[in-house]
Amino acid sequence: MKGFYVAPYLSILIFIVIGIGLVLFTFFLARLIRPSHPYPAKTINYECAELPIGDSWIQFNPRFYIFALIFVIFDVEAVFLFPWAVAFGQLGLYALIEMVIFILILFYGLYYAWKQGVLKWV
Amino acid sequence: MILISSVKVIVVVVAVLTGCAWSTWLERKVVGHMQHRMGPTFAGPYGLLQPIADFIKLIFKEDIVPSGVERVAYGLAPVLSFIPAMLVFAVVPFAADATLFGHEIKMVISDLNIGILFVFAVTSLGVYGLVMAGWSSGSKYSLLGSLRASAQMISYEVSYGLSIVGIVLIANTLSLRELVEMQGSDSIWFFSNWFVFKQPLGFLLYLTCAIAETNRLPFDMPEAESELVAGYHTEYSSMRFATFFVSEYANMLAVSAVGATLFFGGWQGPYLPSIVWFILKVFCFMFFYIWLRGTFPRFRYDQLMSFGWKVLFPLALLNVIVTAAFVMLD
Amino acid sequence: MDAPVSLVFWILSFIIIVSAFMVVSLKNIFHCALFLILCLFSVAGIYLLLNAEFLAAAQVLIYVGAVSILMIFAIMLTSQLASKRISQTNENKLVAFFVCLMFGLSTLVLIANTHVWRYSAQALPEANVLTIGKYLMTDFMLPFEVVSVLLLAAMIGAIVLARKETS
Repeated sequence: MKGFYVAPYLSILIFIVIGIGLVLFTFFLARLIRPSHPYPAKTINYECAELPIGDSWIQFNPRFYIFALIFVIFDVEAVFLFPWAVAFGQLGLYALIEMVIFILILFYGLYYAWKQGVLKWV
Repeated sequence: MILISSVKVIVVVVAVLTGCAWSTWLERKVVGHMQHRMGPTFAGPYGLLQPIADFIKLIFKEDIVPSGVERVAYGLAPVLSFIPAMLVFAVVPFAADATLFGHEIKMVISDLNIGILFVFAVTSLGVYGLVMAGWSSGSKYSLLGSLRASAQMISYEVSYGLSIVGIVLIANTLSLRELVEMQGSDSIWFFSNWFVFKQPLGFLLYLTCAIAETNRLPFDMPEAESELVAGYHTEYSSMRFATFFVSEYANMLAVSAVGATLFFGGWQGPYLPSIVWFILKVFCFMFFYIWLRGTFPRFRYDQLMSFGWKVLFPLALLNVIVTAAFVMLD
Repeated sequence: MDAPVSLVFWILSFIIIVSAFMVVSLKNIFHCALFLILCLFSVAGIYLLLNAEFLAAAQVLIYVGAVSILMIFAIMLTSQLASKRISQTNENKLVAFFVCLMFGLSTLVLIANTHVWRYSAQALPEANVLTIGKYLMTDFMLPFEVVSVLLLAAMIGAIVLARKETS
């Protein structure tokens, strides 16, 4: 019984190893045959052929962060939906009502964000 | 068992890479004809050898690593975007089970009980390649491109996951093999059990989210040549660039394969061998993607984000609840 | 436990411990985040070894695919953090070290002194996800609904804070 769920994941591990090996092999192959003549002007970061101005890590719109946060919340919701959906055939009306309540509570969060104008990208 | 798995893995990886290579040819050819051009014609008949020529060109290119990069993350990024894209094919069944030399061989690398969740989880890892590429390049275009890409991908990821829940509600399983078997039918109307007819809204949601997840037109904001040069892979060249390029096509093939499996019966179909049906269905999806690219202009970024959260996401939730109600009434 | 499985366990544990150490010791905060992701990902591997495949998928989806993205966004959006080298320790590091050492030692002593580990007598359910779904809807109904309220509170709290920042 031990390792009875693990067995199929062995093939996945093989897949990952072969995939990484393949990429590294092509990188290695390319290194053997390609030319390499770096000089300072060539290795400057691209900025429309001008000299880059300032640091590249500039301050970005914090809105990105709010979207990531909303995503985390609803990702958790989505993960809860999957076991519910699998078991739904064996459950009754109460399971549907429970899930509707669950979804509605979280949907209020989305509604709140909507009303507060957080979802608007300015 | 390890040997059989390894052989299967190598066959699938080679097949997917070949698929990626000729998808680039297909895309250039189809878009070319849509715009009254010929597309590639020079290398081989109908330009069929163009992908090989591209590969040779890229492998002979100098690999320019800008001085401002963060070496380790810069090197890891292409690998990290390539592996998740390929890994989806580890769980997609691509043909009916076959018997070879008295052994039964399952035509899927790994039949997981949680197949759909695996696809969903692996898709969510795709963001890291882009984030690391953008951060490590030390270029403003790359960073902005990768931020846009990741914000877009996470905005559509939840709806992407929810669009599949409807199918799970009907089928009560997460295993892709069982899902394909359920969609088979012996009658003349061989397509009657396809989930696309039971989940039309779910399918439309899946299709839209899949395009956004793979950063394709009309949702290709992260690359947006006209404003961001090339987005997160601006500073990449040679084989590293090629890896990003292949990952993009592998991602397209992956969402096509998953879409064909979930909504169009996977390898199920009459007369032709099952593998042919599977490839045919994936090809139709790919053609549709290319068609979209040839037809639609690019969305504006604010439209894209609010479309994802204000339209797709509520629709996906509605689809889940309505499907559950229908399943219960049945 | 058969040999290959326990080998994988040792490799995963090693990765988890090393990457966790890197998270608290590296100077570049983006690298810290990357090691945290590696650490969380390896924990998913441990779940797989325990035959908890749904938990492993949830771990990858939520912690690796979502929470870590949130952290990386926070780092990338704070321009002062991304490229600077920040020391993670201050003058209290010695005290902290000893507190952690004591805690670690006491845990080790506890583990070493436990001779009988109690396993659940129940057999592993054939359909992992199905069982979780059923329990979630019946025995653990109340916690399940409370989760949604908790998530709602987290979301509204974050939005209120963010709006205060911008206005």
